[in-house]
Amino acid sequence: MRWRSIPVSAWIGMAGLALALFCAVFAPWIAPYGERQVVGDIWMPMGGEFLLGTDNLGRDLLSRLIYGAQTTIFVALAATVLSFSLGVLLSFTAAVVRGWTDQILSRFNDLMMAIPTLIFALVVLAVLPQRLWILVLVMAVLDSTRVFRLGRAVAVDIAVMDFVEAARLRGEGHAWIIFREILPNALTPLLAEFGLRFAFAVLFLSTLSFLGLGIQPPEADWGGMVKDNKDGIIFGVPAALVPGAAIAVLAICVNLVVDWLLNRTSSLKGARGDG
Amino acid sequence: MAELLDVKNLRIDATAYPEDGPPEDITIVDGVSFQLGRGRVLGLIGESGAGKSTIGLSALAYGRGGVRITGGEVILDGTDILKLSPRGIRRVRGAKVCYVAQSAAAAFNPAHRLGDQVVEAALRHGVLSREEAHERARYLFDVLGLPDPDTFGKRYPHQVSGGQLQRAMTAMALLPSPDLIVFDEPTTALDVTTQIDVLVAIKRAIEETHTAALYITHDLAVVAQIADDIMVLRHGKTVEYGTTRQILEEPRETYTRELVTVRQVKKEEAPDQSQALLKIDHVNARYANGPLILDDVSMHVPRGQTLAIVGESGSGKSTLARVITGLLPPESGRILFKNEPLPASLPERSRDHLRKIQMIYQMADTAMNPRHTIRQILGRPLTFYFGMHGQEKSRRIQELLDQIELGKGFADRYPAELSGGQKQRVAIARALAAEPELILCDEPTSALDPLVADGILTLLTKLQRETQVSYVFITHDIATVRAIADSVAVMYLGQVVRFGPKSQVLSPPFDDYTDLLLKSVPEMKVGWLEDVLETRRMESGGR
Repeated sequence: MRWRSIPVSAWIGMAGLALALFCAVFAPWIAPYGERQVVGDIWMPMGGEFLLGTDNLGRDLLSRLIYGAQTTIFVALAATVLSFSLGVLLSFTAAVVRGWTDQILSRFNDLMMAIPTLIFALVVLAVLPQRLWILVLVMAVLDSTRVFRLGRAVAVDIAVMDFVEAARLRGEGHAWIIFREILPNALTPLLAEFGLRFAFAVLFLSTLSFLGLGIQPPEADWGGMVKDNKDGIIFGVPAALVPGAAIAVLAICVNLVVDWLLNRTSSLKGARGDG
Repeated sequence: MAELLDVKNLRIDATAYPEDGPPEDITIVDGVSFQLGRGRVLGLIGESGAGKSTIGLSALAYGRGGVRITGGEVILDGTDILKLSPRGIRRVRGAKVCYVAQSAAAAFNPAHRLGDQVVEAALRHGVLSREEAHERARYLFDVLGLPDPDTFGKRYPHQVSGGQLQRAMTAMALLPSPDLIVFDEPTTALDVTTQIDVLVAIKRAIEETHTAALYITHDLAVVAQIADDIMVLRHGKTVEYGTTRQILEEPRETYTRELVTVRQVKKEEAPDQSQALLKIDHVNARYANGPLILDDVSMHVPRGQTLAIVGESGSGKSTLARVITGLLPPESGRILFKNEPLPASLPERSRDHLRKIQMIYQMADTAMNPRHTIRQILGRPLTFYFGMHGQEKSRRIQELLDQIELGKGFADRYPAELSGGQKQRVAIARALAAEPELILCDEPTSALDPLVADGILTLLTKLQRETQVSYVFITHDIATVRAIADSVAVMYLGQVVRFGPKSQVLSPPFDDYTDLLLKSVPEMKVGWLEDVLETRRMESGGR
C-alpha cells in the first residue's frame, strides 16, 4: 500500500478517529478535571477557565467529553464488531447450507425483527443485571438481525457462482466456502454497512442511556450528556450540542475511513464492481 | 449516386484509469474509413476489443460509457451527423438509423408488450400514426417469419423464445423504414438451429425493405451469408476491406487468412473406443418436481479419449454434467466409474472420487474467485488433495503454469488481470492440479474469440496426449466436435439421438435432428444460406 494513494478525506477520518481513540485511552491524563468533579456553576459559558463551559451540575464539559469517549467508543465498537461477527457467520451459514438450517435461522431472524428493537432492549435490559458486557451483548444481538438480512442476501448471490460450485466439487467444507470463497467477495457491502451500523450503535447507546438503561450516571457517555443538558437548550445554553456534535463527527470520521476502504476493496484488481 | 453512409478517417478515444499514475487517453478506433450504399450490407468482423461495436455505434453518433469520437466524419445522406446538435442527433437515431443489440432478452422491457415496444420509436418520432405503425409491425412480423403475426405483438418478452425475440427486435429496427440498421452480433447468443432462422429472416427483411446495414460479428461464416462487403478489424485498425468473395477466397493479409482457415486443430479418431472410463447407464434426472430433463440417457466415455456431447440449449447436456459430478443425483439409473458404481450425490463421494473428476466451466470469469491470486487458485487443490506445502507446492504451480504455456509472472496476478483465453488456461490448470482421470468441459471455448478458442483446443489435445486424461466435451459447436472428439453423442430434448464414434455419428444416414443440426452450421462460403433455403424449399415442396 502506498501512503500517497490515500485520499485526503480518509486522512481526515483517520485523524478524527485517532484523536477520539487517544482521548479514550489517555482520558485520566489529558482531562483537565475529574469525570465526576463539580468545579463551578451550572452551565457556565464557553471560554475562560472551562474551555467548553460546564454542564447541568457544574462539571467541566471538556473533561466529561474526554472520559465519555472511552465508554461511547468502546461500547459502540464492541457491539458493532460482535454483531457483525454473529450476523455474518449465521447468515453465510444459512446461505451456504440452505435447506432447514436456512429456514430456521431466517425465520428466527424474522421473529426477532418483528419485535421493535428499542422495546426488546428495554425489556431485556430491565430484567438482566446492569453490567457493561450485558449491555454490549444485547446491543450486538439485536443489531445482528440487520446484518443477517444483508449478509444472507449478498451471500446467496455469491454462493451460486461457478467458483463456489467448483469449491464444492473439490469437496471443500462449509468453513472454507464461507470464509475463503464468499467472505472476500462480500466485503464491500459489509464494510459499507459497518460504517452505518457503528453510527447507529452510538445513537442506540445514547437512546438507552437517555432512557436510563444504558451507561449509568455519574459515568459519562456522549448520549447521556446530551440528555443531561437538553433542558439548557431552552435557555440558549449550547452544552447539549457539544456532545451531539462529537457523536456526529465520530460517525462522519468512521464513514470517511470506511468509504476509502470500500473504494480500495472494490477497485482491487479482482473487482466484482460495486455496481 | 452518392453513398448513403460515408465514414472518413474515424478516430475514437477513451480515457483509461490505470492502477498507478494519472488517467490517460487511449485510442480505440484509428483511421477507419468505409462507404455503404443503399441496400448494401457491410460486415464488420474482428475479435473482442477490435472496436467493431464502437464503430457500429458511431453511425448513431453514440459513444458508449466514456468513449469519445474525436476525429473524422460520419456522413449520413449528405450530413455529417457528428456535427449535429443533440436535438438533431435525436431525430436521426431511431428514425433514420436503428440498432439491433446482441442480447434481445436484455434489451426488451419485460413489463411491456412486444407490440408496444416495437412501435414506440416510430411513434415517438412521428414517422407513422399508431394504426399505421401496428399495421406495419404486423407486416414485418410476417416477413420475419414470426408465428401468428396478428397476435404476436400482444405477447410479453418472456412468452416468446430467444430467436423470436431477436426477430422482434429486428422488426423494431425496421419499423420506421430507416436508411440504415446496425446489427450488433444479433445471432451470437442463439443456437445454430435458431440462428439460421434469424439469419434468413434478417436477409429477407433487408431485401424487402431495401435498407442498408452494418453487420457486426466475430463469426466470419455468418457474415459471409449476409454481407456484400467485409471489413476485418484488429486493435481498432482496418486490416482488410473488400468484397465478401475476395475476403473469403483470396484474403490478402495474414490475419484474415488465419480467420478464414481457423479450426486447424485436427485429432485423429482413436480406433478402439470400447474401453469405458465412465459409463452412464439408463439415467433419468429432473430438478425438484419439474419435467424430466434427462430421459433414459446411456453412453460411455472411452478411456484416455474425448466424448463430445452436442445439442442446443435445453437439450440436457449441462444437466448431464451435473449428474456426473454428483450435484444432481439421478432419479434412476447408474453411473459407473472404472466399472464401479459412483455414489449418486456429492456428499457421499470420497475425496478421491472428487479428485478424479474435474470440471472446466464456460465462463472462466465466474469460475475463479476474483479475490484469489492464480497461486492461491492453483495451490488449493494441491494442498487439499495432496497436502503439498512450501517449496514443493511452488514448484508444482510453476510446472502447471508451464504446462498451460503461461510464463513466470502469472502466479501472483488476479484473474481480472488476465485475458479471456489466459483465464480459461488457468481454469484448465486448476483441473489438472488434481491429477484427474476425467475432465468435464462445459462449453469451454464458446465465450472466446475463434483464434483464442483454437489455442485452447490445441492445448487440451496436447494435455490429453501427455496425461492420458479423458474429456467429456459439452458444446453446441459442430466444428469443435469435428476437431477434437473421438466419440460423439447428440442430444435433443433430454434424449440421446445418436451415440458412437465420430466418423459414424457425423456421416449419413442421419436421423432428422442430426441432419438439421449439421445443415444449420454456417459454412464459410458465399451463397451457403441460399443453398440451404433451396434444399429446404425442395424438401417441403416434395412432401
